[in-house]
Amino acid sequence: MTQPNLSVDIAGITLRNPVMTASGTFGYGSEFAPYLDLEKIGAIITKGLSLKPKAGNPTPRIVETPGGMLNAIGLQNVGIDTFIGEKVPYLRKISTPVIVNLYGNSLEEYGELAGRLDGIAEVAGIEVNISCPNVKQGGIVFGTDPKAAFEVVDLVRRNTGKPMIVKLSPNVTDVVVMAKSCVDAGADALSLINTLTGMAIDLKSRRPILANITGGLSGPAIKPVALRMVWQVARAVTVPVIGIGGIMTAVDALEFILAGATAVQIGTANFLDPSAAETIAAGIETYLVENGIADIRELIGALKTDR
Amino acid sequence: MQFKSMVLSNVEVSPSYFRMRMTAPPTIGVSCPGQFVMVKVNPAIDPLLRRPFGVFDLGTFETEFTDCGRQTYLEILYKVVGKGTAMLSTLHQGDHLDILGPLGKGFTLGDPAGEKLLVGGGVGLAPLYYLAKELVKESRVHLFAGGRNKEDILCITEFDRLGVETYVATDDGTLGAQGLVTEVLEQHLSRAGANATIYACGPTPMLKAVAFLADKYGIACQVSLEGYMACGVGACLGCVVQGKDHSEATPDYRCVCKDGPVFDQTDLLWS
Repeated sequence: MTQPNLSVDIAGITLRNPVMTASGTFGYGSEFAPYLDLEKIGAIITKGLSLKPKAGNPTPRIVETPGGMLNAIGLQNVGIDTFIGEKVPYLRKISTPVIVNLYGNSLEEYGELAGRLDGIAEVAGIEVNISCPNVKQGGIVFGTDPKAAFEVVDLVRRNTGKPMIVKLSPNVTDVVVMAKSCVDAGADALSLINTLTGMAIDLKSRRPILANITGGLSGPAIKPVALRMVWQVARAVTVPVIGIGGIMTAVDALEFILAGATAVQIGTANFLDPSAAETIAAGIETYLVENGIADIRELIGALKTDR
Repeated sequence: MQFKSMVLSNVEVSPSYFRMRMTAPPTIGVSCPGQFVMVKVNPAIDPLLRRPFGVFDLGTFETEFTDCGRQTYLEILYKVVGKGTAMLSTLHQGDHLDILGPLGKGFTLGDPAGEKLLVGGGVGLAPLYYLAKELVKESRVHLFAGGRNKEDILCITEFDRLGVETYVATDDGTLGAQGLVTEVLEQHLSRAGANATIYACGPTPMLKAVAFLADKYGIACQVSLEGYMACGVGACLGCVVQGKDHSEATPDYRCVCKDGPVFDQTDLLWS
């Protein structure tokens, strides 16, 4: 059999295979260069970027839980000026598309950041993180209110010509409502899920383990929830969906693709095995070859729900 | 590098403290003292994350099972503190592990003419043995080992055998002087030469006290820190510590895994 096609298209970005690395788990790419071939993965999504450098939360910031981990890093990042000065030159050296995850502390910051990234040729696209912190007034969280989500996505849309992915939070009553709102506002693609809010307690000290008290749960423990949400959203929208949540193996990735994901993001698995993304991409190819499937696109949303 | 390793031995050297020897590829030999490895204790998803361990020893022994007739080994010294280390302690010769490393920035050996003062608290002794092995080749080395009781004082005879002069302090006086290891260290510092260097690893309060003494006596001091980390390569940002210029407006966070685990004590914010 000839080589199967693994290439997919997300919002006009052509990926050589559907395996991307999730924001916050892969640094700015260069950290992982000693462990895998960056040219063998579909895309790199960078650590969440803000206008100004952000210190992040006090420690402890992470704790392991059964089949997963909680993190409350607090979006520590270098800020856009350092990103442009120190990180972009490295990105120029690799042909794999680099998508910049961004967030703002206010509506205006989202718009300004999107505008500044719009002029950087090395940035293939943006992923708007609306699953994170509070806005400056009223404590509304962009990611949990469909009207606020529409506003921020709409503003970013008006500030960028780059392909725009919006990353959705699972901490909502109905993820489909949020998804539709983002698509209506101009999202080219959706990625889900971000982490599930959780906490861990130390009985001995009678204190929360994380300094931030709560944190985001990731890892294999959240995969069933993520699969369900990806399936729900993929049926409800016409834009491509990127599946995220506890993907550790090629089998996990293929399950998300069957559920309707056009591509997947590898997150926590990068921490356990820095070559995970490359291994998973290779595993998907092996599956296609062994099952005589010529094109990965044949599997997207091919889930059989009849009994 | 990432490699598969086989357990060669796993011995309880003191109640709840284990010393494990495992195979390593010959190319690991470039490692410098103070670096660490991330060990996946089993291939399952629980426990999910790798566990970081300082390199206790590295070397080779004769064997008929490799082409070159020698096998490289790596040793770690660890305390059973939770699920991961409890599982590790049940492994036997022939069991397999997945290892990432050596990682991070290790100790700087510096001017061989200066006295080398090693300070270890409990299992913090782990990275100091390999360091001592390198330092004794050219320098005069002293070890100050501290713990709550004699059971926390590990592998002292190994240091003795290297020719290291050892001083012990325990909280309860069951071994060595009764009191803090930093008290014993200070008696020595008052007569140490200006070109001496302190190398310390142990609990944070001990490191803080050592850093204070280093400032007081104007002696160079490198500290090896522990951090709760997921990746070991600078991506998760879980293990950060505050650098000397840190403030909320101008964050100066350093990754224990990548910028450390060994830092010059003057580069850190100790308050």
